[in-house]
Amino acid sequence: MTTTTAPRFNLYWFASPQTFYALAGRLIPWFMALAVVLTLAGLYIAFLVAPTDATQGESYRIIFVHVPAAWMSMFLYVVMAFWAAVGLAFNTRLSSMLATAIAPTGALMTALALWSGSLWGRPTWGSYWVWDARLTSELILLFLYLGFIALQAAIDDRRRADKAGAVLAIIGVVNVPIIYFSVKWWNTLHQGASVSVKGSSMATTMLWGMLIMALAFWMYSIAAVLFRVRTIILERERRSDWVRELAAQEKLK
Amino acid sequence: MNWGSWDAFWSMGGYGLYVWGSYAMAAIIIAIEIRQLKSRRRAALLEVERERARARSTS
Repeated sequence: MTTTTAPRFNLYWFASPQTFYALAGRLIPWFMALAVVLTLAGLYIAFLVAPTDATQGESYRIIFVHVPAAWMSMFLYVVMAFWAAVGLAFNTRLSSMLATAIAPTGALMTALALWSGSLWGRPTWGSYWVWDARLTSELILLFLYLGFIALQAAIDDRRRADKAGAVLAIIGVVNVPIIYFSVKWWNTLHQGASVSVKGSSMATTMLWGMLIMALAFWMYSIAAVLFRVRTIILERERRSDWVRELAAQEKLK
Repeated sequence: MNWGSWDAFWSMGGYGLYVWGSYAMAAIIIAIEIRQLKSRRRAALLEVERERARARSTS
Protein backbone atom coordinates (compact mmCIF):
# COMPACT_ATOMS: atom_id res chain seq x y z
CA MET A 1 0.00 0.00 0.00
CA THR A 2 1.29 3.39 -0.86
CA THR A 3 -0.02 6.64 0.55
CA THR A 4 1.54 8.96 -1.97
CA THR A 5 -0.86 10.54 -4.38
CA ALA A 6 0.03 11.43 -7.92
CA PRO A 7 1.05 15.09 -8.33
CA ARG A 8 -1.79 17.03 -9.88
CA PHE A 9 -2.76 20.60 -10.52
CA ASN A 10 -3.64 22.21 -7.21
CA LEU A 11 -5.39 25.55 -7.05
CA TYR A 12 -4.41 26.05 -3.41
CA TRP A 13 -0.82 26.15 -4.49
CA PHE A 14 -1.46 29.60 -5.96
CA ALA A 15 -3.02 30.79 -2.69
CA SER A 16 0.48 31.01 -1.25
CA PRO A 17 1.67 34.64 -1.49
CA GLN A 18 5.14 33.51 -2.55
CA THR A 19 3.85 31.44 -5.47
CA PHE A 20 1.35 34.08 -6.48
CA TYR A 21 4.02 36.79 -6.37
CA ALA A 22 6.04 34.95 -9.03
CA LEU A 23 2.98 34.08 -11.10
CA ALA A 24 1.70 37.68 -11.09
CA GLY A 25 5.14 38.91 -12.08
CA ARG A 26 5.07 36.71 -15.16
CA LEU A 27 1.52 37.72 -16.11
CA ILE A 28 1.77 41.52 -15.76
CA PRO A 29 3.72 42.18 -19.03
CA TRP A 30 1.16 40.16 -21.01
CA PHE A 31 -1.84 42.00 -19.59
CA MET A 32 -0.12 45.35 -20.07
CA ALA A 33 0.78 44.51 -23.68
CA LEU A 34 -2.82 43.48 -24.36
CA ALA A 35 -4.04 46.72 -22.78
CA VAL A 36 -1.79 48.81 -25.05
CA VAL A 37 -2.73 46.96 -28.25
CA LEU A 38 -6.46 47.03 -27.44
CA THR A 39 -6.31 50.74 -26.51
CA LEU A 40 -4.68 51.60 -29.84
CA ALA A 41 -7.26 49.53 -31.75
CA GLY A 42 -10.08 51.02 -29.68
CA LEU A 43 -8.92 54.61 -30.22
CA TYR A 44 -8.56 53.94 -33.93
CA ILE A 45 -12.17 52.79 -34.14
CA ALA A 46 -13.37 55.52 -31.76
CA PHE A 47 -12.00 58.41 -33.79
CA LEU A 48 -11.36 57.19 -37.31
CA VAL A 49 -13.93 54.48 -38.02
CA ALA A 50 -17.04 55.17 -35.93
CA PRO A 51 -19.31 57.68 -37.69
CA THR A 52 -20.67 60.93 -36.26
CA ASP A 53 -23.80 60.37 -34.17
CA ALA A 54 -27.01 61.59 -35.81
CA THR A 55 -28.37 63.29 -32.68
CA GLN A 56 -25.35 64.01 -30.46
CA GLY A 57 -22.77 64.90 -33.09
CA GLU A 58 -19.17 64.29 -32.00
CA SER A 59 -19.84 64.64 -28.26
CA TYR A 60 -20.93 60.99 -28.14
CA ARG A 61 -17.28 59.93 -28.61
CA ILE A 62 -16.94 60.33 -24.84
CA ILE A 63 -18.76 56.98 -24.70
CA PHE A 64 -15.53 55.11 -25.51
CA VAL A 65 -14.03 56.23 -22.19
CA HIS A 66 -17.16 56.67 -20.14
CA VAL A 67 -18.85 53.28 -20.54
CA PRO A 68 -15.68 51.16 -20.11
CA ALA A 69 -14.77 53.15 -16.96
CA ALA A 70 -18.30 52.83 -15.57
CA TRP A 71 -18.41 49.08 -16.29
CA MET A 72 -15.02 48.54 -14.67
CA SER A 73 -16.02 50.61 -11.63
CA MET A 74 -18.93 48.26 -10.93
CA PHE A 75 -17.18 45.04 -11.94
CA LEU A 76 -14.09 45.77 -9.83
CA TYR A 77 -16.29 46.46 -6.82
CA VAL A 78 -17.96 43.06 -7.12
CA VAL A 79 -14.58 41.33 -7.52
CA MET A 80 -13.20 43.29 -4.55
CA ALA A 81 -16.17 42.33 -2.36
CA PHE A 82 -15.84 38.69 -3.51
CA TRP A 83 -12.19 38.38 -2.47
CA ALA A 84 -12.85 40.32 0.74
CA ALA A 85 -15.64 37.84 1.55
CA VAL A 86 -13.43 34.84 0.75
CA GLY A 87 -10.74 36.29 3.01
CA LEU A 88 -13.27 36.85 5.77
CA ALA A 89 -14.76 33.36 5.49
CA PHE A 90 -11.62 31.26 5.03
CA ASN A 91 -8.95 33.51 6.53
CA THR A 92 -6.88 33.26 3.36
CA ARG A 93 -4.28 36.03 3.39
CA LEU A 94 -3.95 36.39 -0.36
CA SER A 95 -7.71 36.92 -0.86
CA SER A 96 -7.72 39.88 1.50
CA MET A 97 -4.62 41.30 -0.14
CA LEU A 98 -6.33 41.09 -3.53
CA ALA A 99 -9.35 43.01 -2.22
CA THR A 100 -7.06 45.70 -0.84
CA ALA A 101 -5.19 45.85 -4.15
CA ILE A 102 -8.36 46.32 -6.19
CA ALA A 103 -9.78 49.29 -4.26
CA PRO A 104 -7.53 52.11 -5.60
CA THR A 105 -7.98 51.03 -9.24
CA GLY A 106 -11.73 50.77 -8.68
CA ALA A 107 -11.84 54.23 -7.13
CA LEU A 108 -9.93 55.69 -10.08
CA MET A 109 -12.28 54.03 -12.59
CA THR A 110 -15.27 55.43 -10.68
CA ALA A 111 -13.75 58.90 -10.65
CA LEU A 112 -13.12 58.65 -14.40
CA ALA A 113 -16.70 57.50 -15.05
CA LEU A 114 -18.04 60.46 -13.04
CA TRP A 115 -15.69 62.97 -14.68
CA SER A 116 -16.34 61.83 -18.26
CA GLY A 117 -20.06 61.56 -17.52
CA SER A 118 -20.11 65.09 -16.23
CA LEU A 119 -18.31 66.35 -19.36
CA TRP A 120 -20.85 64.46 -21.44
CA GLY A 121 -23.79 65.75 -19.43
CA ARG A 122 -22.93 69.41 -19.98
CA PRO A 123 -23.43 69.45 -23.78
CA THR A 124 -26.29 66.90 -23.82
CA TRP A 125 -28.32 67.84 -20.71
CA GLY A 126 -27.04 71.35 -20.14
CA SER A 127 -25.59 70.51 -16.73
CA TYR A 128 -22.37 68.99 -15.39
CA TRP A 129 -24.22 67.34 -12.55
CA VAL A 130 -27.79 66.37 -11.66
CA TRP A 131 -28.95 64.38 -8.63
CA ASP A 132 -30.20 61.63 -10.88
CA ALA A 133 -30.42 58.04 -9.50
CA ARG A 134 -27.65 56.75 -11.78
CA LEU A 135 -25.25 59.59 -11.02
CA THR A 136 -25.97 59.58 -7.30
CA SER A 137 -25.50 55.83 -6.92
CA GLU A 138 -22.23 56.00 -8.88
CA LEU A 139 -21.06 58.78 -6.54
CA ILE A 140 -21.95 56.53 -3.58
CA LEU A 141 -19.77 53.84 -5.21
CA LEU A 142 -16.84 56.26 -5.14
CA PHE A 143 -17.47 56.90 -1.44
CA LEU A 144 -17.63 53.15 -0.79
CA TYR A 145 -14.21 52.66 -2.41
CA LEU A 146 -12.75 55.62 -0.53
CA GLY A 147 -14.38 54.43 2.71
CA PHE A 148 -12.87 50.96 2.24
CA ILE A 149 -9.40 52.43 1.64
CA ALA A 150 -9.66 54.86 4.57
CA LEU A 151 -11.02 52.22 6.96
CA GLN A 152 -8.21 49.79 6.16
CA ALA A 153 -5.62 52.54 6.47
CA ALA A 154 -6.98 53.57 9.88
CA ILE A 155 -6.55 50.13 11.49
CA ASP A 156 -3.00 49.09 12.36
CA ASP A 157 -3.67 45.40 12.90
CA ARG A 158 -3.76 43.94 9.36
CA ARG A 159 -6.13 41.09 10.15
CA ARG A 160 -8.61 43.40 11.81
CA ALA A 161 -8.27 45.88 8.94
CA ASP A 162 -9.02 43.08 6.47
CA LYS A 163 -12.10 42.01 8.43
CA ALA A 164 -13.50 45.53 8.86
CA GLY A 165 -12.88 46.31 5.19
CA ALA A 166 -14.56 43.07 4.16
CA VAL A 167 -17.71 43.88 6.12
CA LEU A 168 -17.91 47.32 4.51
CA ALA A 169 -17.23 45.91 1.02
CA ILE A 170 -19.89 43.20 1.39
CA ILE A 171 -22.56 45.60 2.63
CA GLY A 172 -21.71 48.01 -0.20
CA VAL A 173 -22.41 45.35 -2.84
CA VAL A 174 -26.13 46.21 -2.70
CA ASN A 175 -25.22 49.49 -4.37
CA VAL A 176 -24.00 47.77 -7.56
CA PRO A 177 -27.40 46.46 -8.76
CA ILE A 178 -28.86 49.81 -7.74
CA ILE A 179 -26.44 51.55 -10.12
CA TYR A 180 -27.05 49.06 -12.88
CA PHE A 181 -30.85 49.04 -12.70
CA SER A 182 -31.27 52.70 -11.66
CA VAL A 183 -32.08 53.69 -15.24
CA LYS A 184 -34.96 51.18 -15.23
CA TRP A 185 -36.26 51.60 -11.69
CA TRP A 186 -36.36 55.38 -11.69
CA ASN A 187 -37.17 57.93 -14.31
CA THR A 188 -33.61 59.09 -14.80
CA LEU A 189 -32.11 61.74 -17.01
CA HIS A 190 -29.33 59.25 -17.70
CA GLN A 191 -30.20 57.12 -20.71
CA GLY A 192 -30.98 53.42 -20.45
CA ALA A 193 -28.54 50.66 -21.28
CA SER A 194 -27.41 50.61 -24.91
CA VAL A 195 -26.14 47.07 -24.61
CA SER A 196 -28.13 44.22 -23.10
CA VAL A 197 -28.55 40.48 -23.54
CA LYS A 198 -31.20 41.18 -26.16
CA GLY A 199 -28.77 43.08 -28.32
CA SER A 200 -27.52 46.57 -28.89
CA SER A 201 -29.18 49.79 -29.98
CA MET A 202 -25.92 51.19 -31.36
CA ALA A 203 -24.25 51.25 -34.75
CA THR A 204 -21.97 48.22 -35.15
CA THR A 205 -18.70 50.16 -35.33
CA MET A 206 -19.64 52.23 -32.25
CA LEU A 207 -20.43 49.05 -30.35
CA TRP A 208 -17.16 47.40 -31.38
CA GLY A 209 -15.17 50.47 -30.37
CA MET A 210 -16.84 50.45 -26.99
CA LEU A 211 -16.32 46.73 -26.41
CA ILE A 212 -12.66 46.86 -27.43
CA MET A 213 -12.05 49.85 -25.15
CA ALA A 214 -13.83 48.00 -22.33
CA LEU A 215 -11.52 45.02 -22.89
CA ALA A 216 -8.51 47.37 -22.87
CA PHE A 217 -9.61 48.87 -19.52
CA TRP A 218 -10.12 45.38 -18.21
CA MET A 219 -6.62 44.22 -19.16
CA TYR A 220 -5.10 47.41 -17.73
CA SER A 221 -7.00 46.96 -14.46
CA ILE A 222 -5.77 43.37 -14.11
CA ALA A 223 -2.18 44.49 -14.72
CA ALA A 224 -2.49 47.35 -12.19
CA VAL A 225 -4.10 45.14 -9.54
CA LEU A 226 -1.50 42.37 -9.98
CA PHE A 227 1.28 44.96 -9.70
CA ARG A 228 -0.24 46.40 -6.54
CA VAL A 229 -0.89 43.02 -4.94
CA ARG A 230 2.79 42.15 -5.44
CA THR A 231 3.75 45.28 -3.53
CA ILE A 232 1.23 44.46 -0.78
CA ILE A 233 2.76 40.97 -0.50
CA LEU A 234 6.21 42.57 -0.09
CA GLU A 235 4.84 44.94 2.56
CA ARG A 236 3.08 42.30 4.61
CA GLU A 237 5.62 39.48 4.27
CA ARG A 238 8.64 41.73 4.65
CA ARG A 239 10.04 39.73 7.56
CA SER A 240 9.99 36.40 5.72
CA ASP A 241 13.17 34.93 4.29
CA TRP A 242 11.98 34.70 0.71
CA VAL A 243 11.04 38.41 0.59
CA ARG A 244 14.41 39.37 2.10
CA GLU A 245 16.26 37.32 -0.49
CA LEU A 246 14.14 38.79 -3.25
CA ALA A 247 14.76 42.36 -2.10
CA ALA A 248 18.49 41.68 -1.99
CA GLN A 249 18.37 40.40 -5.57
CA GLU A 250 16.38 43.42 -6.71
CA LYS A 251 19.04 45.67 -5.22
CA LEU A 252 21.74 44.06 -7.36
CA LYS A 253 19.82 44.78 -10.56
CA MET B 1 -12.55 58.92 -42.50
CA ASN B 2 -14.33 61.49 -40.35
CA TRP B 3 -11.99 64.47 -40.42
CA GLY B 4 -10.94 66.75 -43.27
CA SER B 5 -8.19 68.46 -41.29
CA TRP B 6 -6.36 68.45 -37.95
CA ASP B 7 -8.41 71.50 -36.93
CA ALA B 8 -11.63 69.58 -37.48
CA PHE B 9 -10.18 66.67 -35.51
CA TRP B 10 -9.25 68.79 -32.50
CA SER B 11 -12.48 70.81 -32.48
CA MET B 12 -14.67 67.66 -32.50
CA GLY B 13 -17.60 69.49 -34.03
CA GLY B 14 -17.45 72.11 -31.27
CA TYR B 15 -17.32 69.52 -28.48
CA GLY B 16 -13.51 69.43 -28.29
CA LEU B 17 -13.34 70.56 -24.66
CA TYR B 18 -15.71 67.82 -23.50
CA VAL B 19 -14.33 65.01 -25.64
CA TRP B 20 -10.63 65.76 -25.07
CA GLY B 21 -11.29 66.62 -21.44
CA SER B 22 -12.55 63.05 -20.95
CA TYR B 23 -9.66 61.39 -22.77
CA ALA B 24 -7.10 63.65 -21.08
CA MET B 25 -8.45 62.69 -17.65
CA ALA B 26 -8.22 59.00 -18.57
CA ALA B 27 -4.56 59.50 -19.54
CA ILE B 28 -3.83 61.52 -16.37
CA ILE B 29 -5.46 58.95 -14.09
CA ILE B 30 -3.51 56.08 -15.66
CA ALA B 31 -0.23 58.05 -15.49
CA ILE B 32 -0.82 58.86 -11.81
CA GLU B 33 -1.68 55.27 -10.98
CA ILE B 34 1.40 53.86 -12.73
CA ARG B 35 3.65 56.37 -10.93
CA GLN B 36 2.05 55.55 -7.60
CA LEU B 37 2.39 51.80 -8.24
CA LYS B 38 6.11 52.12 -9.00
CA SER B 39 6.94 54.38 -6.06
CA ARG B 40 5.03 52.16 -3.61
CA ARG B 41 6.95 49.12 -4.83
CA ARG B 42 10.27 50.94 -4.44
CA ALA B 43 9.31 52.01 -0.91
CA ALA B 44 8.30 48.44 -0.01
CA LEU B 45 11.63 47.03 -1.23
CA LEU B 46 13.55 49.70 0.71
CA GLU B 47 11.60 48.84 3.85
CA VAL B 48 12.47 45.14 3.47
CA GLU B 49 16.15 46.05 3.16
CA ARG B 50 16.01 48.35 6.18
CA GLU B 51 14.41 45.72 8.39
CA ARG B 52 16.87 43.10 7.22
CA ALA B 53 19.80 45.35 8.08
CA ARG B 54 18.29 46.04 11.50
CA ALA B 55 17.69 42.33 12.15
CA ARG B 56 21.29 41.56 11.24
CA SER B 57 22.74 44.25 13.51
CA THR B 58 20.75 43.14 16.56
CA SER B 59 21.36 39.41 16.25
